[in-house]
Amino acid sequence: MTIYPDRLSPRQDDVYNALMDAHEGLSEAESHALNARLILLMANQIGDLGVLRDLLTTARGYSHD
Amino acid sequence: MAYDYTPYPYVPPKGLTQAEPRHPVAIVGAGPIGLAMAIDLAQRGVPSVVLDDNNVVSVGSRAICWAKRTLEIFDRLGVGERMLAKGVTWKIGRQFHGNQEVYAFDLLPEDGHKYPAFINLQQYYVEEYLIDRARDFPGLIDLRFKNRVVDHADRGDHTVLNIETPDGPYTLEADWMIACDGAGSPTRNRMGLSFEGQTFQEQFLIADIEMKDSPFGDAAVPERWFWFDPPFHNGKSALLHMQPDNIYRIDLQLDVDADAKLEASEDKVIPRIRAIVGDKPFRLDWVSVYKFRCIKLDRFVHGRVIFVGDSAHVVSPFGARGGNGGIQDVDNLGWKLAAVIAGHANADLIGTYHDERSHGSAENILNSSRATNFMTPKTPIEALFRAEALRLAHDQPFARRILNSGRLSMPCSLEGFALQTPGAAQVPPGSPLIDAPLAGDHGETWLLREVQGDFTLVGFGDVALPDVPDFRCIGVGQRAADYPCFTATHGHATRRYGSDIAYLFRPDGHVAAAFRHPSAEDVARAVARAMGKTPEAA
Repeated sequence: MTIYPDRLSPRQDDVYNALMDAHEGLSEAESHALNARLILLMANQIGDLGVLRDLLTTARGYSHD
Repeated sequence: MAYDYTPYPYVPPKGLTQAEPRHPVAIVGAGPIGLAMAIDLAQRGVPSVVLDDNNVVSVGSRAICWAKRTLEIFDRLGVGERMLAKGVTWKIGRQFHGNQEVYAFDLLPEDGHKYPAFINLQQYYVEEYLIDRARDFPGLIDLRFKNRVVDHADRGDHTVLNIETPDGPYTLEADWMIACDGAGSPTRNRMGLSFEGQTFQEQFLIADIEMKDSPFGDAAVPERWFWFDPPFHNGKSALLHMQPDNIYRIDLQLDVDADAKLEASEDKVIPRIRAIVGDKPFRLDWVSVYKFRCIKLDRFVHGRVIFVGDSAHVVSPFGARGGNGGIQDVDNLGWKLAAVIAGHANADLIGTYHDERSHGSAENILNSSRATNFMTPKTPIEALFRAEALRLAHDQPFARRILNSGRLSMPCSLEGFALQTPGAAQVPPGSPLIDAPLAGDHGETWLLREVQGDFTLVGFGDVALPDVPDFRCIGVGQRAADYPCFTATHGHATRRYGSDIAYLFRPDGHVAAAFRHPSAEDVARAVARAMGKTPEAA
């Protein structure tokens, strides 16, 4: 797992609320579809397989107990 | 020990038996905002009459978090040090998710500030200290308890107030009427002003308990605990923090459809508290169940009637922006109204109070709405994002900063508003004062002490100040000059402001202008602009 430097501060609340606003009025299924599209778009923006693999490993590393 | 609510004496007002001369200012409401307003004006030589329908200070602790900027304003009003001495200064904040601590943060303040980021102090103490302070101005502050304003009229160049007392009604005239009569403002309702905005459905329970043993373990280390989804209160949020006199504030989110009356009953409240503090003995001091709205008036100034504090804007309590926002209103209005009353500025200057504080209030509403939304997710997707942000927050610093249980109240910047002269500087025009320790011929002092209250030109380091007659000038980190000079203790002041620049501060401490090579004309022009005079007229 990698600890990433914070790149959102001090606009973190703007970023988080932009995400919430994007889901406004969607059904749960539509929201999951939006998330999938968003992740694909972000992967393209990142554009680096190594970075992406590291992010995936970190995200997967958090257990669901 | 429970606070002793000693009633203040009612004195039959002169107006009952003879017409009173017109007052420059009538202030409706003797809460923290109305009292602070009267003191601010009195310090500028402006007399006021303060009318309150009650005769005791705030019942219940109510507003308890006072932010640094508020304390700095209270310092200028003469009660800041007393509040700091009595208040609890937070040290450690802990955020929990379920039964796990997500992270803890240290609230140790940055060095070189007179006041800490926040203190906790019950509203009744703040009002008591303000009433004591108001009594230092017997010729200027006419404090009238049990004087209920039941009607008013705006006559264009003055207002007329109808007042009821235990001895009957009377009328009073005032050039300006300042409505500091709270969220339910009778003044606002009487004028039929629309006060609509976002209403939150969630209900919250506040319980203040007195406990000898700290629920945090060590009473000497005041903490602030916030839980998302605590084990003792499933699916909701909970907050625990400390006030003076071993009083602890518990704030619990309730169900949307909870029965407010039932929830405020001891039978319901005591088990909820037991679930948090265990078997330790406690005394229930105050309970309140509340909902809230986030709203502001379209205009804070209506002719001769000015709205200040909760009468003009209400926010959710998360982030402590109600009382703190109101005190900043007072700070903004005091010097402007005094200048207009003295004839040094045109009444248009009052309009800039609306412009600047409406902006500050919008910022407060945005921040407190966001905190409330984060604490009360509305949809499964919002709940999912929050749960995963909490999970990541155990390790990832960025996720910790996303967690939002209320953003600390910070003063807003007034950059870009008409009174400020645009310019580039380390502390850009519009910024609120940043305090710093100084040392001078009379010993140690603080920048806020030397700057607040009047327009002040401050030269930091290698900059020459022009000769501006009858104007307060000081130097920091400069060689001896014909104005008072201070050294920047530990270099804080010059590190924060720069070391070859002059700043013009407004009486409320906001930076009005910054200059590399100030001339007397530059300074005069910037002062005129800050007084609301158009460049042509200046």
